[in-house]
Amino acid sequence: MSKARAFLVAAATLLVGRGRRRRLRPGEREPIVAAPTPRSPDAELVAIGLLLASAASAIAFVVIYVLDRLPAHTQLLGLALGLAFVFLAAALTVTAKRLVPNEELEDDYPEQEHPDEQERVVQVVEESGLTRRRLFVLALGAAGGSIGLALLTPVASLGPALHLARFSLTPWRRGTRLVTEDGEPYRADEIEEGTFYTAFAEGADKEALASSLVLVRLPKSELDLPPENAGFDADGILAFSKICTHAGCAIALYRKPMFAPTDPQPALICPCHYSTFEPAKGGKVIFGPAGRKLPMLPLAIDGKGFLRARGNFDGPVGPSWWGVRMKRPTT
Amino acid sequence: MIRALVRFLDQRTGTAPFLRRTLRYLFPDHWSFLLGEVALYAFVVLIGTGVYLTLFYEDSTAKVVYHGPYGPLQGQEMTHAYRSVVDISTTVKAGLLIRQTHHWAANVFIAAIVLHLLRVFFTGAYRKPRELTYWLGLTMLTMALLEGYLGYSLADDLLSGMGLAIGYGVALSVPFVGANLAALMWDGPFPGSYAFFPRMYIVHVFVIPALLAVLLAAHLALVALKHHTQFRMSERESERKLVGVPTFPGQTPRSLGLFASVVAVLFLLGGLVQINPIWLWGPYHTYSATNGAQPDWYLGWLIGALRIVPGFDVVIGHYTLVPNPFWGGVLLPLAFFGFLYLWPWLERRFLGERGYHNLLDRPRDAPLRTAIGYAVATEVFLVFLAGSADRVDVLFGLPYIPQIWAYRVLVIVGPFVAGFLAYRVCVELQRGERVEHERRRAEHAARVARSRA
Amino acid sequence: MRRLLAFGLAALVLAPAAHAQTGDVTRGRHLYGRYCIACHGANGMGVIGGRAEGQKREGPPLVGVGALAADFYLRTGYMPLRQVGKQPRRSRVLLSEAEIRALVAYVASLGHGPPVPRPQPERGSLSEGLKLFTDHCAGCHQVVAQGGFLTGGVAPPLDRATPTQIAQAIRIGPYLMPRFSPRQITPRQVDSIVRYVLYAKHPDDRGGWAIGHIGPVPEGLVTWFLAATTLVAVCIVLGKRLGRE
Repeated sequence: MSKARAFLVAAATLLVGRGRRRRLRPGEREPIVAAPTPRSPDAELVAIGLLLASAASAIAFVVIYVLDRLPAHTQLLGLALGLAFVFLAAALTVTAKRLVPNEELEDDYPEQEHPDEQERVVQVVEESGLTRRRLFVLALGAAGGSIGLALLTPVASLGPALHLARFSLTPWRRGTRLVTEDGEPYRADEIEEGTFYTAFAEGADKEALASSLVLVRLPKSELDLPPENAGFDADGILAFSKICTHAGCAIALYRKPMFAPTDPQPALICPCHYSTFEPAKGGKVIFGPAGRKLPMLPLAIDGKGFLRARGNFDGPVGPSWWGVRMKRPTT
Repeated sequence: MIRALVRFLDQRTGTAPFLRRTLRYLFPDHWSFLLGEVALYAFVVLIGTGVYLTLFYEDSTAKVVYHGPYGPLQGQEMTHAYRSVVDISTTVKAGLLIRQTHHWAANVFIAAIVLHLLRVFFTGAYRKPRELTYWLGLTMLTMALLEGYLGYSLADDLLSGMGLAIGYGVALSVPFVGANLAALMWDGPFPGSYAFFPRMYIVHVFVIPALLAVLLAAHLALVALKHHTQFRMSERESERKLVGVPTFPGQTPRSLGLFASVVAVLFLLGGLVQINPIWLWGPYHTYSATNGAQPDWYLGWLIGALRIVPGFDVVIGHYTLVPNPFWGGVLLPLAFFGFLYLWPWLERRFLGERGYHNLLDRPRDAPLRTAIGYAVATEVFLVFLAGSADRVDVLFGLPYIPQIWAYRVLVIVGPFVAGFLAYRVCVELQRGERVEHERRRAEHAARVARSRA
Repeated sequence: MRRLLAFGLAALVLAPAAHAQTGDVTRGRHLYGRYCIACHGANGMGVIGGRAEGQKREGPPLVGVGALAADFYLRTGYMPLRQVGKQPRRSRVLLSEAEIRALVAYVASLGHGPPVPRPQPERGSLSEGLKLFTDHCAGCHQVVAQGGFLTGGVAPPLDRATPTQIAQAIRIGPYLMPRFSPRQITPRQVDSIVRYVLYAKHPDDRGGWAIGHIGPVPEGLVTWFLAATTLVAVCIVLGKRLGRE
């Protein structure tokens, strides 16, 4: 029904338009727009209404902005501004669908290429004579390349790209005390089984990757340390770097079995990609993408009962890189 | 009034002929041609909201103790960067609306680019003479991914810090030069010197946006110079004839309507749906972490890949040739984008694609391309899904480790299966069309014969 | 003075409870025989390597775990366990209130163990709670307590945990969870953690619809299923010209 009406209207306007085109009155122009402007007062009214609603919403945004004591302020602001654009979009959609002439035109695609012009460009360059001076072109290349290199050189100042010693530097040395986040030294007898502690090198920057440790205590009977880590524990207390050897996240998970016969064995886990390390075996990887064991720090208990490092880590801290297995950690 | 304006412009710039042609430039008709515009409008929103955010953000990692109005963070030690983002979200009037809109816009921007890329790939729109347009678009996608990652990282909350740590691990994993590269970018080992955040900041708010703007201008200029591609919807469209709606009056309200729609969706989301509530995550320290940290969706495929690679470094003697994060974090994106960049050439070289195209294929018209595209998309999608295996375990109790093994098998088998299926479907659709065509012809012939008799 | 008052109150509350216990213990022993003895053994001595009807039947000893642990496991529905060796999960509590009280009294009578804790979150500090939660709990439970995965198990979301259960879990360390002693996390600090976990159930969602407090995964879903779908629909509406319907 409405289609039929639309068709009639279109046909009628087309007829009228044709009639008009045939006999141009003086001062009248040949039309460019190929389709008639649709006559739809209803649509026009709707569009006007929507535009006014959009304006009202935008004003509402300003009002809400000023009244900042309102609850859910962000939501009201978003709603007002969002609605302003919703109404605008609706108005423009009505405009596109009902108010503008519905043209469908044809046009030629641009030419694929311009062989003559191409030839001319080549000719101009060749006739300049510069390209034939081979040595000149070479020298020009040399100058350009060298200047480029010169301009790029300061990039090297961005960081110590050739001094990688800092990658194996740690704050740990024989005798360094283990302290809490607040700087209180850890006593050996406060480290209990079945839980984990975060420790730092006394006096060191806590954010440095090699500074933080995760401490756990296991029954000595359950320790199965590899030969190179023999004696790293202090009375069953084990210290590992808290930074995962896969991608550098913090090992913030310690799982311990409630009931050893049925539950999984104790493990340290990284919550980013779930690399899982077994503390009883010196930080061996038992699941996940990590390619290196967790670095272990040898511990000792001093005369006053405080925990101290007995040396440096058994391997470099943090994610792997090409030289990670070449150098032992240094202080 | 209009005449006066046009005259003014023409007299000073001589652009009246250009304006006239622009107004009558033709846009062929298909909804999928609007996806690129969605990305463009999201980019406009990103610039607008982003500029606003720079007026409040502080790019310093110096420590400060929080004494603002948000209770749970009282007395916590944090960086100025994080504090400033908490302030934007809590004390700056309308700050949270703008911040959330910015973040949603980033998510939608890249989603729109991906949809646009899928359309361009599966319809063969990238073919000669439009390879440059395609390569520019791909470059914008890579830039956008990096830009999104940097924006996510600048907030310096717990999640963004963990993301940076992973980025550092991935940078280190580049064979031969990884540590050198990381030392350059971070000015030493992670978490880097005071200079690192300002570097990220300037790259995020100036270098990449400027690059994107330039690439975008070139992309659009190339589109206009070679005109749009089109589907063959009737006998009128051909390789030489373009059929469409002129910029004005036909296309303008449509494009503006789309622009308003994009802005509307983004502001509505920005106001009504919470995104990255950094005040809840708390500040980052290298020694703290939260479970199930994820990047924004467009980097989800990388975390999936990092998680399903089995644990090994490739080592020769004491030299670590390939650290583990390389496979998922460097090789996979390199292979994916390498494939996309090389594809137009591969198609010409190996699939015998020749010629000069203004008409688009339907996916079924090029079964091999469709099959290969499907295979690659499936691979990326599977790796992407693998990144959510932990959440699936928590929510639905599907055990994680078997899931990971399933994905390890699926990422090898899945693409072949998907590619094969896509190929079969294309061939069947083509055959169906041929049969239909034959039937119509026979019917027509019969009718003609009958009318003759 | 205030402490004295608290003691007085506690005495008032506890005295009748102690009185009721003897009867409860007898009933509890009976229930224990029915639900628990197969895995936890006679008199809560525990069973290691046991089997019955072709199924594993083993469980830890309960001597000395106290009312604290029994109350936690029974009221979360963790026990009775459906399958030995599987992670206990929060499920419907099958026992009645009276049965739970009787069982708890019986288990408590098996040895000297801690009583049911009574955390006072209103005494804790929210910001200290967040800090402690980040340091000790977020690695598994996620920073807004939405739960998380770890190899071997799942750290449950804490949206249904009661203050008492939070305090109990900290001390027990159910399944793979670490066990935090009062020396590592003081009762006052437990109050703070409880306060934070309660806060995390309904945190400050000033941004609007919270979509789960776990960050990018639901945000990606909204991006694709809400935003991208809407915009594609808009493209379809706008992209279709009048003449071609």
